[in-house]
Amino acid sequence: MAKAKENKLACNVVQQVEAICDKFGNQPGELITILHETQGMYGYLPEEIQRIIARKLGIPASKVYGVVTFYSFFTMTPKGRHPISVCLGTACYVRGSEPLLEEIKRTLGIDVGQTTPDGKFSLDCLRCVGACGLAPVVTIGDKVYGRLQPKDIKKILEEVGD
Amino acid sequence: MITLTIDRHVVVVPANMTILEAATTVNVDIPTLCHIDLEGTCVKSNPASCRLCVVEVEGRGNLVPACATQCRQGMVVHTSSPRVLRARKTVAELILSDHPNDCLTCPKCSDCELQRLVRRLNFRVTPYNDGERSVRKIEITPAITRDMSKCIYCRRCESVCNEVQSVGALGAVGRGFGTTIGPAFDKELGQTNCTYCGQCVAVCPVGALTERDYAEELIADITSPDKVVVAQTAPAVRYALGEEFGLKPGASVTGKMVTALKDMGFDYVFDTDFGADMTIMEEGAEIIDRLKKFMAGDKSVKLPIMTSCCPAWVNFYEHEYPDLLQHPSSAKSPAQMFGAVAKTYWAEKMGIPRDKLVVVSIMPCLAKKFECNRPEFAVDGNPDVDYSISTRELAALIRRSNINFDRLPDSDFDRPLGESSGAAAIFGTTGGVMEAALRTVYEEFTGKTLPRVDFDEVRGLDGFREATIDLGGFPLKVAVVHTLSNARMVMDKLRAGQLDYHVVEVMACPGGCIGGAGQPYHHGDSSVLRARQRAAYAEDAGKQLRKSHDNPDIQRLYKDFLGKPLHGKAHELLHTTYSDKTIK
Repeated sequence: MAKAKENKLACNVVQQVEAICDKFGNQPGELITILHETQGMYGYLPEEIQRIIARKLGIPASKVYGVVTFYSFFTMTPKGRHPISVCLGTACYVRGSEPLLEEIKRTLGIDVGQTTPDGKFSLDCLRCVGACGLAPVVTIGDKVYGRLQPKDIKKILEEVGD
Repeated sequence: MITLTIDRHVVVVPANMTILEAATTVNVDIPTLCHIDLEGTCVKSNPASCRLCVVEVEGRGNLVPACATQCRQGMVVHTSSPRVLRARKTVAELILSDHPNDCLTCPKCSDCELQRLVRRLNFRVTPYNDGERSVRKIEITPAITRDMSKCIYCRRCESVCNEVQSVGALGAVGRGFGTTIGPAFDKELGQTNCTYCGQCVAVCPVGALTERDYAEELIADITSPDKVVVAQTAPAVRYALGEEFGLKPGASVTGKMVTALKDMGFDYVFDTDFGADMTIMEEGAEIIDRLKKFMAGDKSVKLPIMTSCCPAWVNFYEHEYPDLLQHPSSAKSPAQMFGAVAKTYWAEKMGIPRDKLVVVSIMPCLAKKFECNRPEFAVDGNPDVDYSISTRELAALIRRSNINFDRLPDSDFDRPLGESSGAAAIFGTTGGVMEAALRTVYEEFTGKTLPRVDFDEVRGLDGFREATIDLGGFPLKVAVVHTLSNARMVMDKLRAGQLDYHVVEVMACPGGCIGGAGQPYHHGDSSVLRARQRAAYAEDAGKQLRKSHDNPDIQRLYKDFLGKPLHGKAHELLHTTYSDKTIK
């Protein structure tokens, strides 16, 4: 979990989060939309950001935290500049996405849900990107890689610029 | 009104009633674990999450939760058909599949709603006994113990913390088997805005939330030959303790309680009611002081003045209203005043060194455990009140000491810190502190004797009550609130400059201390609170002495030691200051 106290938010981030809350009228009913947009802007939802949202919406921080921890989409861990997602949906799984995942973990030295120390890559799993014809599929950022084998991993990771 | 059939009964009820409520009108008691409705107070939780109240409605395919299904004209409901009983048993089995089996040593043993339910459903074998169970860390705070491995996710604590108390320290975290109920960011309670009101404990059906138990410390002190151990008992304890020994709610067991404490080995048994009379002397003087300044045109005087006896309420305004800390009275709570006086005036008189004297408060409250730990209530690290035990802990200690409580003879409190007035006797109910203060303020302010000491207009159980008292021509506007959501409503108005009262009484628990979190569990039955409240007023009415300032031992204490209220020694020992404790 992110240690929010360690990364004090920049002033403009506070303003941006507040602006997102204002945009949705500071309505508690818009919490999920606000979290969605904030994560899109900042990449993740550290404690400090959740506290700002709680204050703006006039709800306890425990409510915000409850929603953030309930939905797997929301994350309190900073994502890498190039988030990797390995599809573990049925089609990809039977065509060998698990060995791919293991290979990525081994190559980067991180587990699912973690980010490399240099902040370049983060690793997650998902359950279908709608490209089953290309199974097994890995996405890095917006780019989709299909029909991969473990031996391809090293190469495609190296191809990614900083 | 509509007519429906529940089991063999024809029921006529208002259309907006749920099946659960309609069933109680014909003595059909449908089991629930999550639903709680402390009628007449705002304590209500109905998340329809436990599914134990499922019933069969003819013509409907699925079973429905009785707590969340409204009655309809002509409905035919079966609450214990074979299909319902099968489903209810399965629900209970699934709850047990992720609940520890340590009932024998659980603090809730024999007072647990889940245990009662299983006994009621009368099954002997659980099919899902061998699987893995959720194990979570036990958190022990100065007031509350949380063992979330025992949680059944009824979410009563969450409702009470959020809706009734408006504190929001507790919420559901995570999902699936990872779900738990706890503070944001997995903090400990002490790092949140939790006030330690303990109402989560008061409604927890199982042993997940209980009090921090100080029995071992107490037994060690009582059995230590060089310690002098003094008890002080809060007003609300004596009307509730009997329930733990099978007596009716509201049975007043003052004399037996004193005997039991002496039999347990307390060296002296005194009364927090004496502290309550001191509180009225100080708070009353403060009210008059502020009123006189206000009437003289002093614009800086802070009105309304608010009571400050309730430690959860003190935590609440220190956390949430740091801009309004000049409003509450600076008077300490009765228990802390008692401790301060016992460890000075009385200790000196008796020649007992401070470090040999142990003051134990017996309270209906869990926040008191936190209060007596506050650093400002200690001298060189030695606290004025060493620790606080709840009514329930006292009952457990009495049982453990082999005392047959209901056969005990009565004893009187020791003097001089044991004499008290009727005004002090009602401190434990919502409205009681206000009424006690009014009796003294009226007489001191007007110089006249009250024609009638009862102030019926501030009595009752409504969450918010107001009255205007004729103070010799001056209309004194007062308000009484209980539960912290009502307190928040008052404070928000005050912050907005829209609160037009001179004196406001606040108690955090529903009904005041009679509904405190250290009291025997009410299990959602508000008649228990009403009975305790009646007992408090009956005790008051039966006393010769009805006003705090008439208490001869109080008068002597001021004459010999304290001097004048608000000044000198009285100020030094009996008043405190508040600080901004906003959670950042």
